[in-house]
Amino acid sequence: MAERAIAITPGIGTLSAMRFRLHDLAVTTDHKKLGLMYVGAGLVFFVVAGLLASVMRLQLAAPNNGVVSPHVFNRLFTMHGTTMVFLVGMPIIAGMMNYLVPLMIGARDMAFPRLNAFGFWMFFFGGLLLYFSYLAAPGITGAGSAPDVGWFAYSPLTARAFSRGHSTDYWILSLLLSGVGSIVSAINVIATAVSLRCRGMTMMRLPLFVWLSMVVSFMILLALAPLSAAQVMLLLDRFLGARFFDTQAGGSAVLWQHFFWIFGHPEVYILIIPAFACLSEIIPVFSRKPIFGYPIMVAATTMIAFISLGVWAHHMFTVGMPSVGNIFFATSTFLVAVPTGIKIFNWLATIYGGKLRFEPPMLFCIGFLFHFLIAGLTGVMLGVAPFDWQLHDSYFVVAHFHYTLIGGFLFGIFAGIYYWYPKAVGRMLDRRLGVWHFWLFIIGFHLTFDPQHFLGFLGMPRRIYTYGTGRGWEAYNLISSAGVALQAAGIVCFVVNLVRSYLKGEPAGEDPWDAWTLEWATTSPPPEYNFEILPVVRSSRPLWDLKHPEDPDWKYE
Amino acid sequence: MAYAGTPDQVTNIFNPLSTPAESVHRIAIFTLAICAVIFIIVAGLLIYAIVRFRRRPGDDASEPPQIYGSAQIELAWTVLPILIVVVLILVTARTIADVENYPQPPDALKVTVVGHQWWWEIHYPDLGVVTANELRVPVSEPGRRQLTFLTLESADVAHSFWVPQLAGKTDLIPNRVNRMWIEPKQVGTYLGNCAEYCGTQHAKMLIRVIAHPPEEFANWVASQRQPAAESHQASAGRDLFFSTSCVNCHAIRGTSAKGTFGPDLTHLMSRETLGSGAAPNTPEKLRAWVRDPQVIKEGCLMPDMQLSDQELDQIVAYLSTLK
Repeated sequence: MAERAIAITPGIGTLSAMRFRLHDLAVTTDHKKLGLMYVGAGLVFFVVAGLLASVMRLQLAAPNNGVVSPHVFNRLFTMHGTTMVFLVGMPIIAGMMNYLVPLMIGARDMAFPRLNAFGFWMFFFGGLLLYFSYLAAPGITGAGSAPDVGWFAYSPLTARAFSRGHSTDYWILSLLLSGVGSIVSAINVIATAVSLRCRGMTMMRLPLFVWLSMVVSFMILLALAPLSAAQVMLLLDRFLGARFFDTQAGGSAVLWQHFFWIFGHPEVYILIIPAFACLSEIIPVFSRKPIFGYPIMVAATTMIAFISLGVWAHHMFTVGMPSVGNIFFATSTFLVAVPTGIKIFNWLATIYGGKLRFEPPMLFCIGFLFHFLIAGLTGVMLGVAPFDWQLHDSYFVVAHFHYTLIGGFLFGIFAGIYYWYPKAVGRMLDRRLGVWHFWLFIIGFHLTFDPQHFLGFLGMPRRIYTYGTGRGWEAYNLISSAGVALQAAGIVCFVVNLVRSYLKGEPAGEDPWDAWTLEWATTSPPPEYNFEILPVVRSSRPLWDLKHPEDPDWKYE
Repeated sequence: MAYAGTPDQVTNIFNPLSTPAESVHRIAIFTLAICAVIFIIVAGLLIYAIVRFRRRPGDDASEPPQIYGSAQIELAWTVLPILIVVVLILVTARTIADVENYPQPPDALKVTVVGHQWWWEIHYPDLGVVTANELRVPVSEPGRRQLTFLTLESADVAHSFWVPQLAGKTDLIPNRVNRMWIEPKQVGTYLGNCAEYCGTQHAKMLIRVIAHPPEEFANWVASQRQPAAESHQASAGRDLFFSTSCVNCHAIRGTSAKGTFGPDLTHLMSRETLGSGAAPNTPEKLRAWVRDPQVIKEGCLMPDMQLSDQELDQIVAYLSTLK
């Protein structure tokens, strides 16, 4: 407790309990608190973005509907997409990496705790800034409103001539700020995993979660830089009359697309790889077998990271690139399928021959596997450039990326939350509510997104606020909208479960899942210093070695 | 689907009626077949493993055999996907070359399409015809192929030309010239949309391509080349049109109205829709449109002109003469 005495500022002791906790959250540099704050803020933004999407689906439930005006609808999808990627996906992965990486490598904190806190607050206020645009975007004098340029903000729609007022400026500045949070936590994760591993924790004994966190962090460093640069260039265009993207003054609209997607495509892997990371920890524990082909999993992830930096223009097959360009980017896109396939097969082989326990974390992992298989195959279809000429910017694309980001990313994150919640809170999540959450959400998910594939085949473009009758779109849209209700019910179960279990869940103990990595070797929740004595490991499953002295892993290394 | 063979309101990409769309359709079916096989195999294995290896009530607490991996198996499921990828690369490259590098025959119809917020400007440079929102082309017949080559440009932001039964989409990007071609094989109306988000009324930026038999197309061209009809019945509306700001945005050939910000109105009444597909071109809708376009197409760039009922009648009467 000596550390504690130093950490508290004189005078704080007189505050009430509530104010003490708030003050603690504001000034903390503890990786676990910051991690939970990242995840918590991400979940709040997730609920907001889900509400935005619900209004959109309400508007699209019937043809020629008038729930919202086109202006409002365009803001809805812009805010939904921007929020989901930058204020839900990025903070949740940052939070999980923050919380778990030091625990998994037997460290007491991240390498740069203060930088960590700085990153969180940059992200948090950046996110608030985006929503502040609803009040203030056109400036002090006008009524405000949010950006309406789409989450990839294609130029020249963002030029002064087409985007008056300040809504686009809010979009740029808030993403620049929250991007700082992502970059900072990426640097921190790399430094932590490289330099703070406990004795015996060689690189090839790192839990896969840590390996994948490192890969993702390198990708964030490489991918976020071009986005930030492009946003600064756009600011210069808008405020100082630079002409990077201003087509009316000779700028290039396609240049923005290149900048955006050289960030944007790695970004989807940045989001999905942490979900891979969760699966790679959870599937083995609930199959009671080690991950199949550990070194191949590391290699495949690294391959995905490298290849994903060279596929961006498959978002641009319709901008009129030369044929050679189209063929190059189709080829690189197909290549990603190879290491991705290897990963799916390895998870399958991990399950094969195991003894499966269908607890909520495992249910979400199994859901992930099927969704990601389908998302991967629709991704191959989109990679076939000529097929993409039809499918691009249609509802098929909407269905595809929601399969990766909801059916994939979010299912992986739900699995992770069900798995590590007992560690972070010290209490178990309710199993029954968890199973309800799983089934309601997965049925709603399929109702909403399966029909959208067919809407794409029938020529429905994305981002339209309404559509006429007679084109065969009505029934699919109605089903798609109906699914939202089930998804929302699933999320209600989830939120109720989080709150109720926090207050009166079953005590979890140190190691409720009979797992094998170091975070389960300390108390739940872990003390501020994580481990009383820093552990020493001899294999990638240190707790297996302890539990099975007759057949330890290190014998096979 | 029951729609095979005719252009339809249901713009199904699996019902192609034009050569480039047929090329895409072939590779689409091929890709779907490969993906379906992969899906059945992998999903089948997953379901088998999940069912077969579930924990059963009578199981003891012992751990299953700990398997760490297998180099041979890893190699197998690395090599097989690579083979599939090679096949996909080859067919993709071939289809790209077929569609993108198709030689332009000398008798191809040349059309320039310019995207605007939120309508399509359509020029036939060799024929001297300017129109909007409806691309009329001759149909291609087996003995007498007729291709239409489009030059795509944009006056403001990025748009995308997508008529699913005719071809895949190609973007219209400011400061850039793109090309694509179509070859409709059935007479009729093909529907499509702008497929790149372009601002407030992206949803109501519809395009229609109307394929005519060659003679009918020739007649249409001949009538479109005429300057605007001179009519004395609607002279009050005519005077009003030319004394208001209508002329700042709209052109009527053969008159002093030379605006280019909005669609050319020389032969407005020959078009099927108003506001780029926002409403059918009927007398009531035309009146409603001129009264306040913002009701039919909220956010469009034509303002409410604040006309009195009498002025409205006169303007609509004049516009109705523009056959």
